[in-house]
Amino acid sequence: MATPKQTVPERPVFDYAPAPESRDIVDLKSSYGLFIDGEFVDGSGPSFKTVNPATEEKLAEVATASADDVDRAVRAARKAFDGWSALPGSERAKYLFRIARIIQERARELAVLESLDNGKPIRESRDVDLPLVAAHFFYYAGWADKLGHAGFGADPRPLGVAGQVIPWNFPLLMLAWKIAPALACGNTVVLKPAETTPLTALLFAEICRQAELPPGVVNIVTGAGETGSAVVSHPDVAKVAFTGSTEVGRIIARSVAGTGKKLTLELGGKAANIVFEDAALDQAVEGVVNGIFFNQGHVCCAGSRLLVQESIQDELLTALKRRLGTLRLGDPLDKNTDIGAINSAEQLAKIRRLSDLGESEGAERWSPACELPAKGYWFPPTLFTGVAQSHRIAREEIFGPVLSVLTFRTPAEAVEKANNTPYGLSAGIWTEKGSRILWMADRLRAGVVWANTFNRFDPASPFGGYKESGYGREGGLLGLEAYLDV
Amino acid sequence: MSRLTVRKTYKLFIGGAFPRSESGRSYPVTSPKGDFLANASRASRKDARDAVSAARKAFPGWSGATAYNRGQILYRIAEMLEGRRAQFADELGGARKPALETVDAAVDRLVWYAGWSDKISSVHGTANPVAGPYFNLSSPEPTGVVAVVAPADPLLGLVSVVAPVIVTGNTCVVVASEPAPLPAITLAEVLATSDLPGGVVNILTGHQAELAPWLAAHMDVNGLDLTGVADPALALRCEEEAAANLKRVQRPVTADWRADPGLRRMTRFLETKTVWHPLGV
Repeated sequence: MATPKQTVPERPVFDYAPAPESRDIVDLKSSYGLFIDGEFVDGSGPSFKTVNPATEEKLAEVATASADDVDRAVRAARKAFDGWSALPGSERAKYLFRIARIIQERARELAVLESLDNGKPIRESRDVDLPLVAAHFFYYAGWADKLGHAGFGADPRPLGVAGQVIPWNFPLLMLAWKIAPALACGNTVVLKPAETTPLTALLFAEICRQAELPPGVVNIVTGAGETGSAVVSHPDVAKVAFTGSTEVGRIIARSVAGTGKKLTLELGGKAANIVFEDAALDQAVEGVVNGIFFNQGHVCCAGSRLLVQESIQDELLTALKRRLGTLRLGDPLDKNTDIGAINSAEQLAKIRRLSDLGESEGAERWSPACELPAKGYWFPPTLFTGVAQSHRIAREEIFGPVLSVLTFRTPAEAVEKANNTPYGLSAGIWTEKGSRILWMADRLRAGVVWANTFNRFDPASPFGGYKESGYGREGGLLGLEAYLDV
Repeated sequence: MSRLTVRKTYKLFIGGAFPRSESGRSYPVTSPKGDFLANASRASRKDARDAVSAARKAFPGWSGATAYNRGQILYRIAEMLEGRRAQFADELGGARKPALETVDAAVDRLVWYAGWSDKISSVHGTANPVAGPYFNLSSPEPTGVVAVVAPADPLLGLVSVVAPVIVTGNTCVVVASEPAPLPAITLAEVLATSDLPGGVVNILTGHQAELAPWLAAHMDVNGLDLTGVADPALALRCEEEAAANLKRVQRPVTADWRADPGLRRMTRFLETKTVWHPLGV
């Protein structure tokens, strides 16, 4: 390994020519309705616009589903439930396989639309989101006729109508995590995508029609918090699944109290990414960068706290800063882009507010030289050193490209600091010593532990949190439990 | 001259010790026929907090013990209970034969759960074939401190809710049956002589409506078992309070304590941890 230089280059060594992905593949309509009972219908609420966060241009007008619209969607789902749940699992499986295949066929279109509506780099929507979306449907398709072998009894039954509310950070992937297991188990769904990223869910509705999925099995209602609340509180919804903030998760947990609805929550995080002095440094640097700057840090399991062993702090920070200097921020549709746009003005304001707080509380802020586009919502990759555990940037989920660096001396101290959070979604460990990995993994109170890697996802692998990061698992065999009456 | 019996003072069980309620309060416990049996401690919310502290303190040691060790200790509890078969039958009262059968069922339940300690991970964990060069394994881990509102059934019901919580490594604070709390405190004597570390099980007696909401709202409690809450309004309030730190909640159920319990009482208070590591040379 080369001795790290103490200077940080101000600009990347190479300039890249623009390599934009064409957006012609996406046929945007000027306005979108709701998808209820197999049909696209108007919403009764006022329509709202969804914008491209990289340019602030309006992409489309989208309908708001009122409580009455949600009621119609739930009734359609309830009506469809009897037939869908009575289908042989092998038939349900074939619908899901069909959907998986159509997603693969239309992957580029979906990826471009995702990047347009969300602001994430096309490299990620194309190479991470979409392959995982298709794989998730493919995986749960295979379970639909094998539920009796999953360890939940000989003939585990579905719950009924699942009301699902998903966030804006991985719009289509979160849809897949919700809809694929629900349908495989024999439930029908009413899903509300996030207010700022509804478009890929509406394109998914079209895919359901291409797959000839029976009407009412999947219903998509768009809107903001009120629409979500109507979905969650509808009396005919038997199962609620939510991914989003811990704050809203608490409200939902309160609202379903005493109802008999089954609830799973996948909420916030403040994961520690722990680097020991014997770690393979270059790999650790890549892992730390991927941990917090993947998807602009809009990741609930992001490694937002770097815990570095004191003895290698300088060396690691030098290497990390040099690497951050090579990250390319800009047009999400450019195939060379590493960091795209922040999803919304609101989220950008939150990231700015918390970062300013980091400075005013005494941490030292650093960003590489980085030109931000004039239009759109942008925030440079940022790291804070000299962070204390009491600082708000070490305690609160920022949900942006902001890394807080803390140090430790012993493994026990690393465990103590890593666990010193009400969250418990994920954690990272970087060391070449196997026994230390397992010792650490045993003690970290987190649902996913990545050792010498970070931010890996797979449909076969359960994902979900401890403590205030929520409950229930998505993915894998254990992900079936959320959608079965067991 | 007939001998006057020496009665037992029924106290609380916190951190392996038997303190009275710090509140100095008690409440009379009577038999189903209305005969006075004893003054049980009426635990306060301060007692509940002390019990949570004791349970938290015991958690690292108990969850970190080997599954084999935890299984041995649960089996030891069964042994100690078997040895006091007659005493528990007396305390349960009523007809002798069903009382003895109930004690036997409680012993058998403990033995059943004891065997699960080193098997639940094999049944509830998964090896995940991810699409990449990674080792990937999911295993269950205990949720943490669980507050348990025990059902009215004073021994078999109690054992049936406590054993599944602790066998996997959780520690707990139990609110005993309000009308029939005495077997719970006698069970504490069994626990105290079974090598169970102090604080793994803490038992409070008193008013359910007074204690349960405090435990439901306690921010250092990770799970809440409302099995014994018969009042829907109280159950609703507790579940709402539990949302503050997203406790895992077991809603009230009317259970047949003689039926096969299945795994649900264990899995309700288990987390799943998934560990990834790249393959390579």
